[in-house]
Amino acid sequence: MMTSQSGLFDVAVIGGGVVGCAVARRFALDGARVLLLERASDILSGASKANSALLHTGFDAPPGSLELACMQAGYREYCEIRERMNLPLLETGAMVVAWSEADLARLDSIEAQARANGVDDVRLMEPAEVLAREPHLATSLRGALLVPGEHVIDPWSAPLAYLKQAVAHGAEVLCNAEVLSGRLDAGLWTLETPRGAVRARIVINCAGLFGDEVETRLLGRSDFIIMPRKGQFVVFDKAASALLTTILLPVPNERTKGVVLARTIFGNVLVGPTAEEQLDRTRADVRQEALRDLVAKAVAMVPGLADMPVTAIYAGLRPATEKKEYRVSAKPELRWITIGGIRSTGLTAALGIARHAASLHAGFDDAGFRPVNDPVWPHMPNLAEHGRRDWQADGHGEIVCHCELVTRREIEQALEGPLAAGDVGGLKRRTRAGMGRCQGFYCQARIAALTEGKFAEPLAVEKADD
Amino acid sequence: MTEPFETDVAIVGGGPAGIAAALALRHRGVARVTVLERESEAGGVPRHCGHPPFGLREFGRILSGPAYAARLRLEAVRAGVEIRTRTSVTALGPSGRLALTTPDGTAALAAGRVILATGVREMPRSARLITGDRPVGVLSTGTLQHAIYIERQKPFRRPLIVGTELVSLSAVLTCWKAGIRPVAVVEAASRPTARWPMALFPRLLGIPMHYGAELVDIRGRSRVEAATLRLADGTTRDVDCDGILLTGRFVPESALVRLSHLDVDMGSGGPSIDQFGRCSDPAYFAAGNLLRPVETAGWSFREGKRIGGIVADDLDGRLAPAERTIQIARGEGLKLAVPQRIALPSAEPSLGWIQLRAATGGTGVLSIRDGSAILWEKRLSILPERRILVPLAALLKAGERTDTVEIRFTSDKAG
Repeated sequence: MMTSQSGLFDVAVIGGGVVGCAVARRFALDGARVLLLERASDILSGASKANSALLHTGFDAPPGSLELACMQAGYREYCEIRERMNLPLLETGAMVVAWSEADLARLDSIEAQARANGVDDVRLMEPAEVLAREPHLATSLRGALLVPGEHVIDPWSAPLAYLKQAVAHGAEVLCNAEVLSGRLDAGLWTLETPRGAVRARIVINCAGLFGDEVETRLLGRSDFIIMPRKGQFVVFDKAASALLTTILLPVPNERTKGVVLARTIFGNVLVGPTAEEQLDRTRADVRQEALRDLVAKAVAMVPGLADMPVTAIYAGLRPATEKKEYRVSAKPELRWITIGGIRSTGLTAALGIARHAASLHAGFDDAGFRPVNDPVWPHMPNLAEHGRRDWQADGHGEIVCHCELVTRREIEQALEGPLAAGDVGGLKRRTRAGMGRCQGFYCQARIAALTEGKFAEPLAVEKADD
Repeated sequence: MTEPFETDVAIVGGGPAGIAAALALRHRGVARVTVLERESEAGGVPRHCGHPPFGLREFGRILSGPAYAARLRLEAVRAGVEIRTRTSVTALGPSGRLALTTPDGTAALAAGRVILATGVREMPRSARLITGDRPVGVLSTGTLQHAIYIERQKPFRRPLIVGTELVSLSAVLTCWKAGIRPVAVVEAASRPTARWPMALFPRLLGIPMHYGAELVDIRGRSRVEAATLRLADGTTRDVDCDGILLTGRFVPESALVRLSHLDVDMGSGGPSIDQFGRCSDPAYFAAGNLLRPVETAGWSFREGKRIGGIVADDLDGRLAPAERTIQIARGEGLKLAVPQRIALPSAEPSLGWIQLRAATGGTGVLSIRDGSAILWEKRLSILPERRILVPLAALLKAGERTDTVEIRFTSDKAG
């Protein structure tokens, strides 16, 4: 990922999460020269690497909030552009399931909020109807609110596609480029990174878990404090997808937000997240007791899951702040836009947030680039289980990852170009290699060989002696 | 899409069980026997076990794993078995219709009979729900051996080894040979799972052994940096290491079965079979470690050979369809029982036994029951993960009048 570092950019986006990728795309399409700076060895390495991969309608978002507006704008734009980018959509719908009298009593107000938020196709369901739709659910359920518009998407191909489109329109991406310091001088920002200094007319802080640190480092103070919230997840074997189609959302209560049980776009079933406040911004460890608890909660909802093996476990940190709302603001005099506190709806809202950022920029005195007339639409490799995969096409070379049927051609393509995978996590997100039930038992040694010399942290440490 | 093709018997998996079944079929004169192997060469797990002893009973000599795998391939070629490598089965359809993918594209195969012989793998970190970070460097023995013996790369230099099964010994040997120096071996039980060499061997090499100890945390930002152990006395200890090697805890590689129309047995994790190795769809049979974790290559070979012979009988019309079945219920104290049902009328050859594994070890009574009536019992001392065989005859004699028998192990301690 080389960049013309001596050059001058219109916009420097700090942070290559889903929000940064969407913002880079928006400004590139609007005609700006964009540079995206990512501290890790690959994009999507922070909060965006671990989420529940849902496309939300915003039915339960705070009425009148920026979050709701961005979610709904993001939802619409995703649906508009996804076919051109070959991005998948699994139209599952969701049910907010009441498991107790107390839950049931709350469904009416959730329905009213959904309608107030413009999500009009929701409706209450009796237990018999819920069980007719999802026959494997525990029969103890008391009712549900159906939200047909909630869907499942690919949480990594989408942001990668956004950034690919940005790159197709001249954006540059610099990984291993944490912003260490910076200064604004005569309307021009100079940002110091381990990969050298870069200059830009505007900085957009999309640094997620480090959003407040970036503000403090560059502006001297931050209007918000990141309070990382850890979420752990368990992914069940693909055979589990025979047990559930509709996303199961919990009825939120005062004490806990509860966990989601949902299909993944890759054909599995996931349960999570936990919500654990912590100070550490980098450590997202999984804990056996929490994972066991998630499995137990999943089994309580869908008893058949008791017989399903666990395929994967993961954890992520959400960039919550001391307040519930998004922390988005513009400081024209500092040539700075802050996009902070996008704690859990970022995947849905990203495209809407990007539009909002562009509208904030319209208030800057030098606003106005020349928008791209005829955008390039990158065609993403399909990783969704329900779509056509590369192994179904001729000439794929060979199957490297047997569990996820990842081909050699897919792996080679993920290691090429300006957005090549920078570490094994990035390769997994781009191809699914090693993400299946054996978790690399069969393919990891082969992938180590195929990726030799390509990753910051190689899979193999050295050659073996004979 | 390549041309659809047909074969008499398709064998999914070219390891010891699959090749042995293919040899048996060819020796019985079955014309078209096709082994479908997803790797670039057949041979299975022994391909990357770079140490003896393999092959003593099959080939009358002691071979290393790779030499044994080569011998399997040679025998197959000599016997006229067709081996299709880089061929992955993507779906099992009713009546022996298989969907495949090859480097040339997808294909369909119609087989008269299918023998599933996809083997076992070790349980990964995720399914073990192990606490900690998720850095590079956490892997299983199979991956280590593939890295060392096939790709010629070391995945770490100073790993912590978890487990003391027979494969753990193989892991220690592989490490030592490659110049990898394990920092310790951890075992949750108070004694090694495998027999004597495991107790002695690491100690001889100066590797600390911790029994009654558990891995309770893994730390490392990008690569493993340290692990925390909880020792038998309840104290915790941090160990510097650059990898975690999770050995054993084998599970059948039954992905295809789980996603198919065939019945899966939750105890073994493999397909549910009768004493002929026949699955719930009588066009499908299964053999080898797919049936249960875990036996040696030699055992899998003999089992494959036997199932191959039974399938040849079936093709000749000499295997009677099941008129009635006796279900075998896995009672208390037992982790698995294979086969899961007995088809009547029975005949020989069959698998000849019911294979069991106990949930925990101990001394006690193994019994076969029909309701409250005890049909057969035996006093014995057993250890976890060790094979227990009950002769089929014991059950057949007893089970003439019943549809379900229960096998249970009542430990003396449980009272």
